Amino acid sequence: MTTGLTRPDGPAKLTGTAHYAADADTSDALAAALVTTTVPNGRLTALHTADAEAAPGVVRVLTRADLPPLGELSTPPLGFPVPPLLEDTVHHEGEPIAVVLAETWEQARHAATLVRAEYADVTPAVPFGQAEDVVPHGGLVFGETDESKGDVTAGLAAADVSVTATYTTADRHHSPIEPHATLARWDGDQLVLHSSVQSVLFAQAALAALFGVPPENVRVFCPFVGGGFGCKGFVWPHIPLAAAAARVTGRPVKLVLTRAQMFTLAGHQPATRQTVSLGATSDGRLTALRHTSSNASAQLGDYCENTPHGSTWMYASPAIETSTRIQRLHRPGPTPMRSPHEGPGMFALESAMDELAHELGMDPVELRLRNEPEVDPLTGEPFSSRKLVECLREGARRFGWSERNPEIGSMRDGHELIGWGMAAATMDSPRSPSSARLRIDHTGHVVVETGMQEIGTGLPAMVQAVAAETLGCPPEDVAVRHGDSDFPPHTGTFGSMSTMGLGSAVRAAAESALEKLGAEPGDPLAGALAEAGLTELESEGRWSPEGGGMTRGRTGGYSIHTYGSIFVEVRVDPDLGLLRMSRAVGVYAGGRILNPLAARSQMIGGITWGYGQAVLEQSVFEPNLGRFLSKNLAGYIVPVNADIGEIDVSFVDDDDRVASAIGAKGIGELGAVGVSAAIANAVFHATGRRVRDLPIRIHHLLP
Amino acid sequence: MRTFSYHRVSDVDVALAALRQPETQAIAGGTELVNWLKEGIEAPARLVDITGLPLAGVESTPDGLRIGALARMSDVAAHPVVRDRYPVLAQSLLRAASAQLRNMATIGGNLLQRTRCPYFRADTALPCNKRVPGSGCAARHGDTSAQAIFGWSEHCVATHPSDLAVALAALDATIVVRGEAGERRIPATEFHRLPGDEPERHTELRAGELITAVEVPAESGAEHSHYLKVRERVSYEFAVVSAAAVVQLSGTTITGARLALGGVAHRPWRLGGAEQAVVGLSVSDRPALLAAVAADFGDARPLPGNEYKITLAQRAAVRALQAA
Repeated sequence: MTTGLTRPDGPAKLTGTAHYAADADTSDALAAALVTTTVPNGRLTALHTADAEAAPGVVRVLTRADLPPLGELSTPPLGFPVPPLLEDTVHHEGEPIAVVLAETWEQARHAATLVRAEYADVTPAVPFGQAEDVVPHGGLVFGETDESKGDVTAGLAAADVSVTATYTTADRHHSPIEPHATLARWDGDQLVLHSSVQSVLFAQAALAALFGVPPENVRVFCPFVGGGFGCKGFVWPHIPLAAAAARVTGRPVKLVLTRAQMFTLAGHQPATRQTVSLGATSDGRLTALRHTSSNASAQLGDYCENTPHGSTWMYASPAIETSTRIQRLHRPGPTPMRSPHEGPGMFALESAMDELAHELGMDPVELRLRNEPEVDPLTGEPFSSRKLVECLREGARRFGWSERNPEIGSMRDGHELIGWGMAAATMDSPRSPSSARLRIDHTGHVVVETGMQEIGTGLPAMVQAVAAETLGCPPEDVAVRHGDSDFPPHTGTFGSMSTMGLGSAVRAAAESALEKLGAEPGDPLAGALAEAGLTELESEGRWSPEGGGMTRGRTGGYSIHTYGSIFVEVRVDPDLGLLRMSRAVGVYAGGRILNPLAARSQMIGGITWGYGQAVLEQSVFEPNLGRFLSKNLAGYIVPVNADIGEIDVSFVDDDDRVASAIGAKGIGELGAVGVSAAIANAVFHATGRRVRDLPIRIHHLLP
Repeated sequence: MRTFSYHRVSDVDVALAALRQPETQAIAGGTELVNWLKEGIEAPARLVDITGLPLAGVESTPDGLRIGALARMSDVAAHPVVRDRYPVLAQSLLRAASAQLRNMATIGGNLLQRTRCPYFRADTALPCNKRVPGSGCAARHGDTSAQAIFGWSEHCVATHPSDLAVALAALDATIVVRGEAGERRIPATEFHRLPGDEPERHTELRAGELITAVEVPAESGAEHSHYLKVRERVSYEFAVVSAAAVVQLSGTTITGARLALGGVAHRPWRLGGAEQAVVGLSVSDRPALLAAVAADFGDARPLPGNEYKITLAQRAAVRALQAA
């Protein structure tokens, strides 16, 4: 359809006029600062607030006893299943214990440092790997914890070649530029929130339930999110705390998390330890695939990183067995982070496939081609669309893979060894309901309203494009209003689901408008309204997957996923242990691509994100202090422009009408998948070193 | 953050008088001090803005180079004489921070930046003798990956992060400071202090003193010099290990060398033994250079978890020598 659509919200962002949560009018608002625990466990025995209360500008210091009674709520929509202020038992370092309210942000922050807490029964935090692996339960377990088909033990015994290896991934933090921010204002029993969230719907539902008011009494605004990557998907404690503080004081309250608090109060991707066993015949056909996993989780919530999930549909193995477990530790609660589950999981599977290819003496692309399944290997159900083979072939062609000399260390340039590596990528395709309202005025101008937030991915441009395509009008005739819970609901800007759901809903709204007008796509809209004797026309469109609620990729008799291939060139300076990615080629099949410009940007960002996972990102959990050591972006490093070489992104033709009415699937998270495995595989090709632990740092590569 | 008052001064003596008041700190580019204020590492009552002092010049004389303490990093790096005759200096500046920070940060301020030890830089005060004297050193038995391999004590294992300081050490530069008692001249190799039992004393600068200039002696060999910075991220990142080398050559034979390492101690670590040992070696004889450098690591005491820095630092030193 449309090529290279630019963003209608671009000028506002570029000129600083796009409004983010903390930009909301605060002339009469109190500033709130959180006081948090400094120990990982034990009990809070005393809280001394007198010094803080006496500090300049301080209006009030709230502790648990000051909060209004709050209703019970599950995870999700809550990110972590505890009341927003700690009462007694400490679950992790960085947990809120008091809220300081002052006239200015600086006063509140300063006074927060004056609150003193006393603790008892504090013990050293048990590190990940030293607690028991347990089966997780509850709403933060995504998919099955155990899946199997066939006899893996027999398959491995029958294999001509087999590999078994253990891989680890690091604790990582989302680190969006915009921290969490909430402004809460009560008017009687009506609550207005301006909050940086990936779902105004979740925030509305959660706050209504917690404060015992009907959802229509809670209005949430969030037109723009300054980056989320998952950490604003669920409702974290500061949102109800801002609302509670506003209720208690009778004044609006603005609460902005500090960068440090973003490391403990908004989730993270937990460290994982995964073991993969693959067996194959000498001609490279898999006889067995086993993928087991454990992740660091918190004391409560049982957040599970389901890393083996993708291994259940990726390759045609007659025997597949997966299991995923957690360790309950005194750590902040993890949450989904781009790209959850398959992001860490495909590092292990695609590294293991490379190890198997090496053992077999087979080209790693060829190994994957030989194990391409015709139907979902676990369920036997058809794929809605699966273009992995096309991605592999096109990626190899664009990269020049046929020129690769498989010999390790065969390419050198001065001090540097050059390696070529590749991996396949996949993401599950969860889907969720969405809706939109469309209005056409007598001039033919179109306005689309939806509860969606623009999170940086270009959704307003997508809405504009789908409405314009369906109506047959120029995109610039369509304005998009978004991020208000009074608009038709959109489930959330997470899980790579928005384009499918919202695009389908916008299309339905536009089709409904044409039907009401008796018009065809391309008919001048002003004329059609005049003919119908209308000055304005309104229509609504809804879309939901089968069953009406949020679904995972295996739904309605189909196996619905996205696919890709990633090929990279790395340069390793073995003397100094330095690793750089000079070139990457990514080819993706993610359904119909509605906006190639935005889609390409999304994948470049994803590959960069994957580079961060592979080489840089690691939140060190300090063993003796029981906390994330560096809660800032100097100590937690993410890629900069100079890290990233040439990136070539393309898409193969794909159109998945099972996944959505518009043929689209989600691509927001796909680009980050497989990059780390491709880099590790390229490092092996360059150096002969198989690094199974992310991120790959200098000390891994020094001989 | 504590509320503070803010004063501008345009005269060095007025500035020194102002700095003699209690709880007073100088601010120039502010790229480091503002971090401390925000993290609660420092909480002064008064800030004296010294950017109006006449200390921003860069002069090239027959004796060498005199760089005013308030010269901006970007200006010094772009100075034609620095670029042409002191490559190690220009490289150390350009490989530090980001373009935006280099446009603000001053030469004096760069030398006064404090360790990047994550325990020192934490959002709240962790056991750290540099931050709260007597509170202990959580890094000693904690995450040691970025910590020192030379000159640390049980009280502190931090390294100093300045790239410039390493280049100045290799150039035998002098730090000129002024206080109530007049001017003092401190060798660049001695300006930063090893922790001993007073890790809270980061440098030899005394309370009430200002850095006024950095002097680099005229040094023909500096044309052959190089600053190698090894870091995980290509740009905008501190060194894991760095090496500054200044070499005199006759053909390919080394006739003189000065070598300083960064990221290995709380001061630039001169390899005096290696400087002697490489004289007479061919600059292309890597095994011999590596052996000469490695022989000067007798004092190295790696911590559990940073042993890799020994290998890395030795190789970085050789690479810098060869690139000089």
